[in-house]
Formats: sequence, structure tokens, C-alpha cells
Amino acid sequence: MHELSICQQLVKQVEDIALQNQSFEIKKINLQIGPLSGVEASLLQHAFPFAAEHTLAKQAELIIEEVPIVVQCDQCGLKTHAQINNLTCSHCDNEKTHLISGDEMLLLSVELNTLQSRNDGNVMELNHV
Amino acid sequence: MCDTCGCNITVGNQHLVKQSGKLSRVSQGQSSITLLKNLMSENDSLAAHNRTHFDRHNILAINLMSSPGSGKTALLEATIKKLKKQFRIAVIEGDLETENDAERIRKLGVPAVQITTGNACHLDAHMLHDALHGLDLNNFDIVFIENVGNLVCPASFDLGQHLNVTLLSVTEGDDKPSKYPVMFRAADLMLLTKIDLLDVLDDFNTHKAIKNLRQLASQAPVIELSARREDGIKHWTDWLREQLDAQRHRVSLGQSLKPAIQPDGIQLHADAAETKHHHYHIHFQK
Repeated sequence: MHELSICQQLVKQVEDIALQNQSFEIKKINLQIGPLSGVEASLLQHAFPFAAEHTLAKQAELIIEEVPIVVQCDQCGLKTHAQINNLTCSHCDNEKTHLISGDEMLLLSVELNTLQSRNDGNVMELNHV
Repeated sequence: MCDTCGCNITVGNQHLVKQSGKLSRVSQGQSSITLLKNLMSENDSLAAHNRTHFDRHNILAINLMSSPGSGKTALLEATIKKLKKQFRIAVIEGDLETENDAERIRKLGVPAVQITTGNACHLDAHMLHDALHGLDLNNFDIVFIENVGNLVCPASFDLGQHLNVTLLSVTEGDDKPSKYPVMFRAADLMLLTKIDLLDVLDDFNTHKAIKNLRQLASQAPVIELSARREDGIKHWTDWLREQLDAQRHRVSLGQSLKPAIQPDGIQLHADAAETKHHHYHIHFQK
């Protein structure tokens, strides 16, 4: 969908978090993306290095957990896996279900290098920020 | 990021809640922070701001989405002719280029602001926020936002509207809801348009189109209409009336409404967004 601009916003978010925690290096970014989010995980992976270049996230590993589509049936109460364009209950074929997972586009967590001995390599990054 | 109201919590991630926002050691010199922050949070915080503007002025905001050429502008023209004596209407138009659609609306005596996005294929909360500066919100009951014709991207950008209406014209095929599940799940109402053409089409089955929508676990109502012949327009305007009343009632109780699509994880109280530089233009009426 707009994976590059999403990556750009993501990089900004994680840089803010890093700086709030006195870190100058983001090691890992964990995302959770569902098929119904409208965002394509592979495109995010592809766009991320471009967005992260020259930022505190430039060496970060982007880990994307692709969550399955799971619905809960309003009729029988069971949770079943479903397809992106067929969210009916696999157990009783009822069309009235609600989504338990599958539309997430979440920044779950970040791992930061919080060693205090980071040196002048970070000065350029701070100026950029 | 919302730290308090738990709006980002779902069954799938609630186990992370206890750690949220806290720094925890993972290893020597490394720390991990759990966040549960939506990737669209910057857009969404501005959308929430726009929604508050609408609510403060007791306005119902409706976002119209569809493929290009499904009849959004024609629908607005028919709607305005029917309703402008009873309700004060304004329209915000979104297109890549031209002011054609805003001009059509203005010819009917209704204020229209045209957003020309240049190359952006959808409207976002920032563009809507800027466009709202072209309207005195004290003067309106209903604001229609005619989104860029596109069945993919607009569904994912909250603008601050209360309801999404997705149009599907009968020349497009009855399987579109299955092909574009995110867009059709986003609909609070699906309009099947150009039904006057059903006489000359042999491949559009209304029941199939509705079935495909229902298979997305959407219980959104479906109205069949023809803007040209004014068939079904009354059902549509009745729906609008009901929605305006319902929204005003909510606002009187200090509540509001978000469209169907907003996933469980979306924030309701995100931080204020910074201003970004956009390459779009807003045209206010001369």
C-alpha cells in the first residue's frame, strides 16, 4: 500500500523512542502485520533499508510477525482460521463473525543498544535527527 | 501512544500489556521496550483531531470511496438536489488533478473544497485537516468527503470521518468485494450504483455481490440505486437522515463514531502529529 511512507513514519517513531531512552542505536524492530491491514510485509522489508539509511535505525533488523486471520463465530463461539475474503466460521458456516486477529499493523517492540559508551559516530545521526 | 485506555489491546497481544512502555534488559547493553503502537498513529492522531472538529460542530462526516467512475460525484449531485433545502451540505473533493468535481458541486450552490493530490492516490488526515480550513464548520450539517477513485489505498487512511460508504457500480463485476476485501470490509454501507444499466448487462448478479460482501463478515446494509433515474435515492437519503440523528445523539452523550474498518489495534488518543510537508494543493472557492 504505502510501505515506504509507513517505514519512514516507523523510523521516526523508533528514533524518538531511542532518544527518549538515551540510545543511539536501534538493534531490532518487531512488527506485527495482518493480511487485512492493507500493508504487505514483504514490501515493508524491501522499503525499510531506504527509510532507515542515515538514521539511528540503519543497522536495525526488522522482524515482521505475520499474524493469521482468526475469527470468532457469533453463533457457535468457536475461533477458526479464515481466508482474507472469506471470514465465515469454518465450523458452522455462519457469516457473522468478528475478527480476533488479522488486521494488525503494530509496532510491537524495539531493542536498543543502551551502552553509554557510544561515541562520536553518533554525532552525525543526531544532527540528522 | 495511548498508555492508559487500552485501546490497542486485542486478544492476540494482551499478554504483552504488562510490559508495555517498560524498558527491560535483554542482554548486556541491550534493552527492549514493548510498545503496541499502531504504524498509522501519526495519521490517526490527526484524524481523531479532525473528528473532534466535526463533533464540536455537530456535523456528520461521510467518506465516499469507490473505483474511479463508479458515480460518486453523480450521487452527490442527486443527493444535494434532494436534501439541500433540509440540510446544509459541504463537500470536500479529492482527485489527483483538476477541479472538475468541485465545480460540479458548486454549480448546485453548495460549497466545495478541491484537494488535488498530485500523485497521492488517497486522501489522508493531513490533507483533510488543511481542506477544513476552507470551510466555516459552523454552517453545516453534513460534510461529504469524496475520496480519490481507488479501491485499494483509501480504505486504510482514517480521515476523521464517522462513516465510510463504498460504491460499486454494476459495470464493475459482482466479485469486487472478494477481490478488494479491505475496502469492502471498510464500508458501513455499500451502494450498488448505475442500476439503470442492469437491463443491458448480463453478468452482474446483485445477490452474488451482496453474498461476497457478507462473506467478509460485513453486515453493512446494501442499497441499490441509480443517481440518473433517482431510483433508490430515497433509501439513501433516509439512511443519511438516520445517521445524522444517531450521530447527533451520540455527540450529546459525549460520544462519537469511527468507521467500520478501524481495527481493534487503532489508537483513540494518540499524540498530536507534527506538520509534514505534502505535495498536494487545496483549492478554495474563488
